[in-house]
Amino acid sequence: MTSQSSHLAVVPAYNEAGTVTGVVRALHERRPDFDVLVIDDGSTDATGAVAEAAGARVLRHPFNLGIGGAVQSGFTFALDQGYSYMVQVDGDGQHDPGEIARLIETMEAEPGLDMVCGSRFLTKDSGYPAPISRRTGIHIFAFLLSRIVGQRVSDPTSGFRLYNRRAIALFARDYPHDYPEVEAVLMLHFHRLRMREIPVRMFARGGGVSSISSGKSVYYMVKVLLAIFIGLVRARPVVDPGDAAPVAASQGL
Amino acid sequence: MADRVGLFSVGVAVLLLLTVLELVRRRRLLERYAILWLFSAVVLLGFAVWEGLLDRVAAVIGIAYPPTALFLIAGGFALVLLLHFSAAVSRLADQSKVLAQRNALLEERTRRLEAAAAATAQAAEEARGAEAPAPAAEGAEGEPARVTPIRRRTGGR
Repeated sequence: MTSQSSHLAVVPAYNEAGTVTGVVRALHERRPDFDVLVIDDGSTDATGAVAEAAGARVLRHPFNLGIGGAVQSGFTFALDQGYSYMVQVDGDGQHDPGEIARLIETMEAEPGLDMVCGSRFLTKDSGYPAPISRRTGIHIFAFLLSRIVGQRVSDPTSGFRLYNRRAIALFARDYPHDYPEVEAVLMLHFHRLRMREIPVRMFARGGGVSSISSGKSVYYMVKVLLAIFIGLVRARPVVDPGDAAPVAASQGL
Repeated sequence: MADRVGLFSVGVAVLLLLTVLELVRRRRLLERYAILWLFSAVVLLGFAVWEGLLDRVAAVIGIAYPPTALFLIAGGFALVLLLHFSAAVSRLADQSKVLAQRNALLEERTRRLEAAAAATAQAAEEARGAEAPAPAAEGAEGEPARVTPIRRRTGGR
């Protein structure tokens, strides 16, 4: 097959035909060393076709799996194709590809790091235009998570993340369904993988609708809190060869 | 126990048991899922037939009118069955997620391979054309074989 880079940029996109071209172009322009993979998560618009036309590789889900399932497809792809780094970039243009260099620098400067996460809240002037209700929610999650993992986590909902091979392998095997970013931090902690945050600038959304509308903020908060507390006691399937399959036919209650 | 209620309970339990057995016989219900149903039907039938047992259980729980205990037990089974099916649905959701992801990966791979194959075929065609201009392009289609979409199978009734 074609020669392949060892770095992969994964762009989960659900009905983002308006912005995904810009994201793919920006990635190609700023990071020619990255292969770009767009996950078209069952879009009903032309997201997949548009992304392909812009020069990305595209995985098309036959139906909408949600953000967790979409990103996990990226992990599986990265694992199968032997990429050593994977960066996750939102399809709505919030994340600046120019910041990827700093994610990689951080990862390489500190051996033993498995995930580097771009945070909006590490600098005063991040210029992140979010409604106060959402920011409050994020800060509550951040407070709880920081207590649990014993390390400051300022922006647990950020999807601008760089993963190394170990993190890719972990998340390809098991990635949370519904609000994955928050719980993923917990998973890393419990599997004794290490993460670090660096401050990044984020743009306002280029278009499309956030997966979290402000009206649903409270509902979202409750669900994420539930995910955090369930996450504390969740079974973490590390399947050794010869064990029962994690999803087997004969499992009942 | 009042005779009519007793008879009614036996009738319902027997009907349930027969329905489940018939569904299994016709392969409309997997044994895996039938076992819980069979178990509940048998227990309910047991309580309906054996009055003394039901009276004793009712007394232990503190229910004055024993037939109520029967419906309480039936309700309990219904809850367990519902939970069982929620678990089964969650498992199916998990499996279909993995299938969708694997399918997307395979599809992407197929598209790549088809494009590569088409390019190779075209290059070969052009090379041949340069050597000796062939009168007509016979066979040697660059396009990969079309696969007809699989029709959804109609459920065996």
